[in-house]
Amino acid sequence: MTLEKEQKKNNLQKVFEVIKTMASKPSGLIGLSILLFHVILAITSPLYVPYDYKAIDPSLMLQAPSSEYWFGTDSLGRDVFTRTILGGRTALTVTFFGSLIALLWGGALGIFCGLVGGKIDDVVMRIIDAFLSIPWILAMLLIVSLLGTTTLVLIPALGFFYGKGIVRVARAATHDVIAKDFIVSARARGHSNLSIIWNEILPNVRDAIMVEGAMRWSWMLLGFSSLSFLGFGVSPPTPDWGLMISNARGLMSFAYWAVLAPIFGLSSLIIGINLTADAFAKALGIDRSTKAPV
Amino acid sequence: MDSAVQTINNLTIGFTSQKGKQISILKNISTTIKKGETVGIVGESGSGKSTLALAMMGYVKHGLYTISGECLFHSNNLLEMKNKDLENIRGRKIAMIPQNAGQSLTPNLKIGYQIDEALKLHTDLKKEERDKKISELLNKVRLPSPEIMAQRYPHELSGGQQQRVAVAMALAGNPELLLLDEPTTGLDVTTQAHVLELLNFIAKDTGTSMVYVSHDLGAIAQVSDRVIVMYSGEIVLDGPVRSILKNPIHPYTFGLLKSIPKLTSPGLPDSMSGSQPQPGTIKTGCSFYERCNLAEDKCKNNSPTLEYIDDLNTSVRCFKYKELINVKEANLDTVKSINNDVLQNEILDISKVSISYAKQKFIDQLLNKIDDSNPTVQDINININKGETLALVGESGSGKSTILKSIAGLLKTKDGMIKFDKDKVLSNDLKMRDPGFLRAIQLIFQNPDESLNPNHTVEEIVSQPLRLYFGLKGDELKQKIIEVLEKVRLGEFYLTRYPRQLSGGEKQRVAVARAFAAKPDIILCDEVTSALDVSVQAAVLNLLQELKEDFGTTYIFVSHDLAVVRAISDRVAVLYQGRLCEIGPSKNVYQLPSHPYTEVLLGAVLEPDPDVKPKLVAEDIVEEKPPEKGCSFQGRCPRILGDICKNEVPPWQIGENGNSIRCHIKVEDLKKQQNIN
Amino acid sequence: MLLLVLKRILLGFITLFIVSLITFSGVEVLPGDACTTYLEREAYGAALEACYERLGLNTPAHERYISWAAGVLQGDFGYSLSGEMRINDVLGPRVKNSMVLASASILIGIPIALLLGIITALWRDKLPDIIISTITIFSMTIPEFISATLLILIVAIWLEWLPGIVIVPTGASISELLPNIILPVIAISMIMTAHMARMVRSSVIQVMASDYVQMAILKGVPYWTMVFKHVLPNALLPAINVVALTIAWLLGGVVVTEVVFNYPGLGRLVIESISNRDLPVVQALAIILASIYVSINLIADLMTLMLNPRLKSLQIKK
Repeated sequence: MTLEKEQKKNNLQKVFEVIKTMASKPSGLIGLSILLFHVILAITSPLYVPYDYKAIDPSLMLQAPSSEYWFGTDSLGRDVFTRTILGGRTALTVTFFGSLIALLWGGALGIFCGLVGGKIDDVVMRIIDAFLSIPWILAMLLIVSLLGTTTLVLIPALGFFYGKGIVRVARAATHDVIAKDFIVSARARGHSNLSIIWNEILPNVRDAIMVEGAMRWSWMLLGFSSLSFLGFGVSPPTPDWGLMISNARGLMSFAYWAVLAPIFGLSSLIIGINLTADAFAKALGIDRSTKAPV
Repeated sequence: MDSAVQTINNLTIGFTSQKGKQISILKNISTTIKKGETVGIVGESGSGKSTLALAMMGYVKHGLYTISGECLFHSNNLLEMKNKDLENIRGRKIAMIPQNAGQSLTPNLKIGYQIDEALKLHTDLKKEERDKKISELLNKVRLPSPEIMAQRYPHELSGGQQQRVAVAMALAGNPELLLLDEPTTGLDVTTQAHVLELLNFIAKDTGTSMVYVSHDLGAIAQVSDRVIVMYSGEIVLDGPVRSILKNPIHPYTFGLLKSIPKLTSPGLPDSMSGSQPQPGTIKTGCSFYERCNLAEDKCKNNSPTLEYIDDLNTSVRCFKYKELINVKEANLDTVKSINNDVLQNEILDISKVSISYAKQKFIDQLLNKIDDSNPTVQDINININKGETLALVGESGSGKSTILKSIAGLLKTKDGMIKFDKDKVLSNDLKMRDPGFLRAIQLIFQNPDESLNPNHTVEEIVSQPLRLYFGLKGDELKQKIIEVLEKVRLGEFYLTRYPRQLSGGEKQRVAVARAFAAKPDIILCDEVTSALDVSVQAAVLNLLQELKEDFGTTYIFVSHDLAVVRAISDRVAVLYQGRLCEIGPSKNVYQLPSHPYTEVLLGAVLEPDPDVKPKLVAEDIVEEKPPEKGCSFQGRCPRILGDICKNEVPPWQIGENGNSIRCHIKVEDLKKQQNIN
Repeated sequence: MLLLVLKRILLGFITLFIVSLITFSGVEVLPGDACTTYLEREAYGAALEACYERLGLNTPAHERYISWAAGVLQGDFGYSLSGEMRINDVLGPRVKNSMVLASASILIGIPIALLLGIITALWRDKLPDIIISTITIFSMTIPEFISATLLILIVAIWLEWLPGIVIVPTGASISELLPNIILPVIAISMIMTAHMARMVRSSVIQVMASDYVQMAILKGVPYWTMVFKHVLPNALLPAINVVALTIAWLLGGVVVTEVVFNYPGLGRLVIESISNRDLPVVQALAIILASIYVSINLIADLMTLMLNPRLKSLQIKK
């Protein structure tokens, strides 16, 4: 087998190894299972919903859970069970792609700053700091209120704000790698800068960046749900856990089911992503514990 | 009467692996430490010596536990004592001087406070008495101005100073037993010699028993009364220092001593094949079986026990020791003398090269204050002939690595130029260099852990130069990689290995393979054996020499280890603070008359022979930067003539047999002064 | 030393300057302007002209920026569109309320966080650690609005121990506010404390594994002396930064919690002003909150510099 084919085989093997390691610890296994469950649920749920999530029927409103309506009905008479299992779809889609964007731009900028160093690095980091100092909620709410709540707006906006943390991690990882002798060795041999970045630096910072990206995914989900809760995320009648919680909390005292079901859905997904991200970090041997959770 | 201070009986310490197996780090250790004696514990990395040293304080690292046996301090088992009782013994009766003093002193507490802490815990002295004692201790370890020193923080001290503080701290409680874990590793050659001399003095002065753990047989030879050799977690030899080092009766110790380059017998030492087995891999038989020249079937199936031999006062763990009893001392010194085919063809000409690290501040430029009068490296003139091995020798700050980097094009020279192959000028800027020149000059680095990309397989690592310089691909590439790997004694099996799966020696071989794959004319070796275990060093040196003989490569070999340099080089250049002191054929540089700095360096070398004592000539000061004018060595020269040395750069003089010395003292005078000494 | 402090302060101002540029131009770039967004469907004719006049939107952008920036530096944030009040008057009571909430949360949260962090580190992997760590992980991962909502559900509705929503008016005095902040403080502290405790935990664990702690043990230093003299000063240094970030977050980032509890602080003002499309207020909030963030970070930076002997002497040498 030639070197090139070997490399591809190696990469695939590495992915399997990592997943196996993640699943070998109980917390990793639980996390992966929850995550997988939610992903499958999000993808397949429209196929087996018992009711139409939009169907409003005031006469059915606020019924307690029964054999007909497993999770009861909400204030507009809609089936809570249906809306709950559909509730994660938008959240997962938006935050997944948002995280990808965050990873890509944060990683690229971080590596760039780490490589270039000097004045440019200083200036760029200062600008990033300035952006970071404005509370993200304020900026996010402003953008959404002026540009609308479509996924086309939400995904890039979320991706932009959550990428800032990744820039720091990518930059630090790049700093670590550049000082090592194998980079000096490659430079001395005369490899082009591009080839050094691609072959030598990238494989060594990629792990740290991916782990940070996984963690950001869960923060982003939290943020997105907060947006929906405040009414600045998904627009009704789309079922979304954040929005459902916001609608149902005024009636908590006598219709707790309408608020508990989405709470359970959202919390379990966030915990699932968190445990998975942690297991991912451990499997790759990255110590995340000393980083401040900004 | 000699009473035992510490007795260790059948101590086995280990851990439980992830798969549930019990793996031993220390196996059946039994020995005694008597009052007033200094015992050296020798072993390479992975031998378990550090674990043993810690166990002697009743300390077992997190994750390890005592499987069986005991460690008695005056008949109390330290490993079973409660923390409260241990606190009374640690620091007071048994004290430890750690390996890396810089890391072992708490960063936020002043030096004086940390010593005072030890005094408060282990003595009954009142405040004023304690203050006095602190000054006393600091004086004892030869640190200047104790009052100022006590107010400093650990990071404000040099490595040697930090080590002395650690010694002072350990002595605070007047311990009966001192444990020293590699206390001189990482220190400069001259500093090492001074610290060892201090330790010797303290041992005699206070009558404290000392246990000195190290991989450096030279250091061990200087301080110990008795030596214990450890291999793969077991004691394999235990006896008086002279018989162990001059007449070792265990094949491992024999091989180890043989593989250390010695100043007294210049040449390449023999190396042992293989490496120390990892903990838990040897189940039956002698752990040294795989590498032993005397091995027979009995050794494979049965584990030898530690046997005490009366007339030699030595314990040995070997079935075949009798064969080594009568081997003469001379046999330890057999070496292969190197015979390099040096052509009169000049391949590299370094002329008037100066290099400066100083960055110019904008304000200074504005005020026309260019601070380049004192470059880091100045006025280097060296011609290197094709096929020779030229060594650059010096301590930290000598500029030897800096020169190497600028030859490779990684650092810009401020002045002067470097010419390749008689007349082709090498550009200052890496990017501007001809790819042919980049190929012709290759680098091998010190630390194999950092010089190989952890995410690449061996195949990928070795393929880099082949793809870059020769455009090989596909099957042709793979064949060539295998060919190169076989030249360094690694086979096809290694293609798919990652660096983390290889030993230190194997990783360095891969680095050598990568350098040779480019078919270079010159290879720059930057301390390539310094991070390796002693027994592996010899193997790598032999490999380098073999390859040189095959390909006719020129080596520029940087090292701080004078014995290694003597073994492998044709010519040597001695550097101090970035300036050349002496240059010439190795044989001559290593003989007197020499430049005063060379004299200091040679005197400080620690030979693994207790009868060869180092000569401490110069003071143990670490200089931050070179002097503005005059001779670079003026700050520490024991033979300084006077103001002429401070004001004028010394001239080059030709010594006997063709070595050049840069000194104001005339060669005949040097000869007279140095011969008397 | 003084030079370093001044340099940092200068950098802080530069950051604020960049922030002001971002806030100002951000609003410019987004579709519409203050008047059209505020007036929405009524944005035409005389009403629009009048609005432009009042806000000075007829002048070119850089002039507006300069007059706005000049105003801000003097502490005058201009006029709010809704209610036609001076923004300063709107902000005043809100800042006060947020500070009450923040101070209460800090006073309660930080000591608990330190304590929990140290306990879980010293008894690592034993029962106290397992229990506390599981709780903190849960607290960290549950969104604020969920934990706040659940708190209200359990404590206010089911148990009826405390009022669920804050009904006092914005201008209420501190003593009137206090009984109402109990639940919000608990909700906020839960998250804040969890984050900090985890961070303290890993910092302490890292220091405990260092060579100098091992040396102190081998020197015979008693366990608790070692913890207080050798471990904590080194482990808590990085915590300063986290505490700083937390304080900054408490003053402007607790939007969701303030909404859930209907608390009249800066966070809720953010929502209100955005819902009302009151851009001048939004701008003012942005620059204020950013300034708080930058100042607190600056203080934290300088404190770390002062307290870390390594950095201090390194700087002095230079």
